[in-house]
Amino acid sequence: MADRDILVKVRNLYLEGRSDETWIPIINGASFDLRRGEVLGLIGESGAGKSTLGLAAMGFTRDGVRITSGKVLFDGVDLINASAAVKRELLGRRIAYVAQSAAASFNPAHKLIDQHTEAPVQHRVSSRIDSERDAMELYEKLRLPDPEHIGFRYPHQVSGGQLQRAMTAMAMSCRPDLIIFDEPTTALDVTTQIEVLASIRDIVSQFDTAAIYITHDLAVVAQMADRIKVMLKGDEVEESDTRTMLASPTQDYTKSLWAVRSFQRPQKPPPPAGAVPVVSVKNVTAAYGRVKVLHDITFDIHAGRTVAVVGESGSGKSTAARVITGLLPPLEGVVEFEGEPMPGDYRKRTKMQLRQAQMIYQMADTALNPRKTIGEIIGRPVEFYMGLKGQEKRERVKELLREIELEPDQFIDRLPSELSGGQKQRVGIARALAAEPKFIICDEVTSALDQLVAEGILRLLAKLQDELGLSYMFITHDLATVRSIADEVVVMKDGRVVEQGPKTEMFRPPHHPYTDLLLSSVPEMDPDWLTNLLAERGVDNIGDAAVGNM
Amino acid sequence: MIFESPYDNVFGDLIEAFGVFAVILAVLALFTFAGFLLRGIGSAFDSRGETFDEMPLFLASLLAVLIVASLTLLWSAFIGGRDTLRFLILLIAAIAAFGWLFRWAGQRLTNNAPRFRDMPYGVSFGYVLAAVVLIWSVWFYFQPVVTEQGTPRASVVFFRWAIQGLLIAAVLGTGFKELGKRVGPGWSRKLFRTMPLTASFGILVIIAYAIVAIFAPLIAPYGQEQVLGAANVVPGGNPALGGNPEFPLGTDQIGRDILSRLIYGAQNTVGIAFATTLLAFFIGASLGFLAATLGGWLDQLVSRAVDVLMAIPSLIFALLLMTIASVWAPRLGIPLTVFMVVIIAVIDSTRVYRLARAVGLNIVVMDYIEAAKLRGEGLTYLIFKEILPNATAPLLAEFGLRFCFVFLTIAALSFLGVGIQPPLADWGTMVRDMAAFINFAPFAPQAAITPLLAAGAIALLTVAVNFVVDWMLHKSSGLKE
Repeated sequence: MADRDILVKVRNLYLEGRSDETWIPIINGASFDLRRGEVLGLIGESGAGKSTLGLAAMGFTRDGVRITSGKVLFDGVDLINASAAVKRELLGRRIAYVAQSAAASFNPAHKLIDQHTEAPVQHRVSSRIDSERDAMELYEKLRLPDPEHIGFRYPHQVSGGQLQRAMTAMAMSCRPDLIIFDEPTTALDVTTQIEVLASIRDIVSQFDTAAIYITHDLAVVAQMADRIKVMLKGDEVEESDTRTMLASPTQDYTKSLWAVRSFQRPQKPPPPAGAVPVVSVKNVTAAYGRVKVLHDITFDIHAGRTVAVVGESGSGKSTAARVITGLLPPLEGVVEFEGEPMPGDYRKRTKMQLRQAQMIYQMADTALNPRKTIGEIIGRPVEFYMGLKGQEKRERVKELLREIELEPDQFIDRLPSELSGGQKQRVGIARALAAEPKFIICDEVTSALDQLVAEGILRLLAKLQDELGLSYMFITHDLATVRSIADEVVVMKDGRVVEQGPKTEMFRPPHHPYTDLLLSSVPEMDPDWLTNLLAERGVDNIGDAAVGNM
Repeated sequence: MIFESPYDNVFGDLIEAFGVFAVILAVLALFTFAGFLLRGIGSAFDSRGETFDEMPLFLASLLAVLIVASLTLLWSAFIGGRDTLRFLILLIAAIAAFGWLFRWAGQRLTNNAPRFRDMPYGVSFGYVLAAVVLIWSVWFYFQPVVTEQGTPRASVVFFRWAIQGLLIAAVLGTGFKELGKRVGPGWSRKLFRTMPLTASFGILVIIAYAIVAIFAPLIAPYGQEQVLGAANVVPGGNPALGGNPEFPLGTDQIGRDILSRLIYGAQNTVGIAFATTLLAFFIGASLGFLAATLGGWLDQLVSRAVDVLMAIPSLIFALLLMTIASVWAPRLGIPLTVFMVVIIAVIDSTRVYRLARAVGLNIVVMDYIEAAKLRGEGLTYLIFKEILPNATAPLLAEFGLRFCFVFLTIAALSFLGVGIQPPLADWGTMVRDMAAFINFAPFAPQAAITPLLAAGAIALLTVAVNFVVDWMLHKSSGLKE
């Protein structure tokens, strides 16, 4: 292909980040070409430097990051040495950026359309009136509901998926040559994600815009990108076009990424008839204030088994966990533990009852007290429930650390901030184990983690279940996780249990229509998946629209 | 006419009022019209047409007002003969021109280095302005201290003292920082390396104050109540100017050594302020955390009570309570100072309560607090082991600020006569006693400095504490990111 078709040319780019008085390398010599109208997928774990590289491709670095050497040419313009004035002309007009969280990136004080028209008017691309008309057209192209009026709402008045699409429309407002998408769907539910993906893909091909699509989700990148570049800790691993990459990855690291979703444990035999479940939720109705969020839900969790509770955000799955732990006393119904009804309020439960049911949280960052060492965090329940002190306590903590596969002497005196995300989550598990419970609630424990790390956590949980005979209630919105670890599945929607049963049955048709929708919305590694799905469902019957039609 | 009807003038007043009103209206209408005109001319001449087309009318009118005002200024400066004004306008114009020239020359000389290339005009204007101010300062510093008529020029004298003080502070701060970088354990050396100069100066001053306060009886040459021979000895120790080398900072109206009283004042004022702040924090922080953790009616009750206390102006409230306390104190046999400590602590604890509650509310929603609650932990454990360690950074920063305010309140109360009672030396009282000397400034700068010594001691500590607090706030906010 002719050289003039190359829009972005990145050569031997090295970046460093400031950390504690020294500069440490973030990107070690990245190079790539991006042609007009081409979509490049950047994937890697967190910390791989993919966001930094994406930003560097627009000649921008975050505070505390600097470009040490290399070249970034955008349409022949050297972006690294360009003056502020030159960059001002390019950024926003010819290069646009779509951030991960649209909710955090829109200014909550201005209407969508005011923010949309700002760039075109500022860059003198079009007048305010033309730009407004154009915004409405873009909203329509992105299949936002009521395109004539949605722009006159404030960011908090539209849903997350719509906001992400409005942000894409905003990036399109000057018809840029290049858009950088930084994990645009990571914060969304599967059913919402799919419509954003479809819209982005559509509009990018319609205007022949080049794009860099940054994500850690392989299945997503398979749908979006023409070429994929894999990053690991600032190094390039490999780069090739999507189909080649999916069919025959050459590097071991890429192969391991591809293999992550293969972890699956066999479903255990059903519990004997008449066995008393460890936890039994019976006809529970619960409300925040006057708003009822759970309607008459019933399910059992048997000894040594894993029950996955799935549903979108707002379906009441976390509220169910709050009712079981006693943080939210139910209005009606009862939670039984081994056949004995437990008081609805955790304050009225005995120390024994509290000890038996433990919880592992989604965000390990907020679940561990940042001012306490790992030894203190795990040691507290040991001391509190088991009455161990001094050397005995320390020994027990070390034992627990070994159980969660962390080197005890290395970790016991560290603070949570000195640990990686996966290690923090392991400490959270150890804290739950320290109470020697029979039942653990896992609230989205893997959703904030990279796939390889998440898989490690799932394997650990499975191992612990086999060794200690624990029962898990596994709250998640990720069906891949369900497939790998669950014995039974409970599907929730709008505070009701839609469907429940053993995993093998749940993944075999016929389904409840909502279960079907959830299952079919999970991206697959097949690059034609999205195209096929859209052909099957029709462009106007995906995501929110499909949920609404139900 | 025998009497004047009060109604006679009403009509006239109305006309007069209407007249004023009409003039205002006319001026407004005129400027609106001018704005309208300006916008019209603007959009006719502006090829791109965006700036003026979408300009609201009131902005255009404001612009018209600004243009008229600046024209008036120019007219009175250059035609009306206002020399100072003319000089100022020419100066600003010159700085503006040099600002542009500076950037242009920088770009030429450095071959368009990013530093000059991306420099906004405001910044280069700032550089030139700073250079002008610096040159002026040097020139002014070397002006003669005495006029040709033999009278002292107070402005030059005070300016010299200020510059000397700043230089000494900078030298001390740098020296202390360099010392800290080289001496001490690894963590403190690292701390000093990353510390700004202001913070190291602040720490140095706080240490110095602490040493002076603790060892006051050993350091002070005389007692704080000791009345020595001469009254009103001028500071400086120069007999030619009315000083006495035995009393380097002079004596007050009844002949007590000011240096000794300043040193003892550190003990009294700073010590009492420290105790008061500690008490305020104990009350405020424990109530605040309790309210944040428990919530519900207790939170409502305490918060509304705090609102009521905060609604009353604090200094006036303190004055009122101190007046009552001054009656009770002798009757109950408790020193008035104890009352003062408690009163100021209670009043200031309301501010601490607000902060502690706000910080606490952010912490209690964390999952680790939920985990601790579900474990069955008691309230004491929650507050002291889970919440407090995470709230120390903002609380420490607030402690520094609160200490300054308490300290100033004590000084103010003493200045008003209800604070620390004589003969105990106190900086606030010292300022009040010698405030009148400030009037000597134009002809006897040495004598005028007497009240400023105690005021300076207060100011220095306040500034030093704030330097340290700023740095700590910066650090703690950086950690959060």
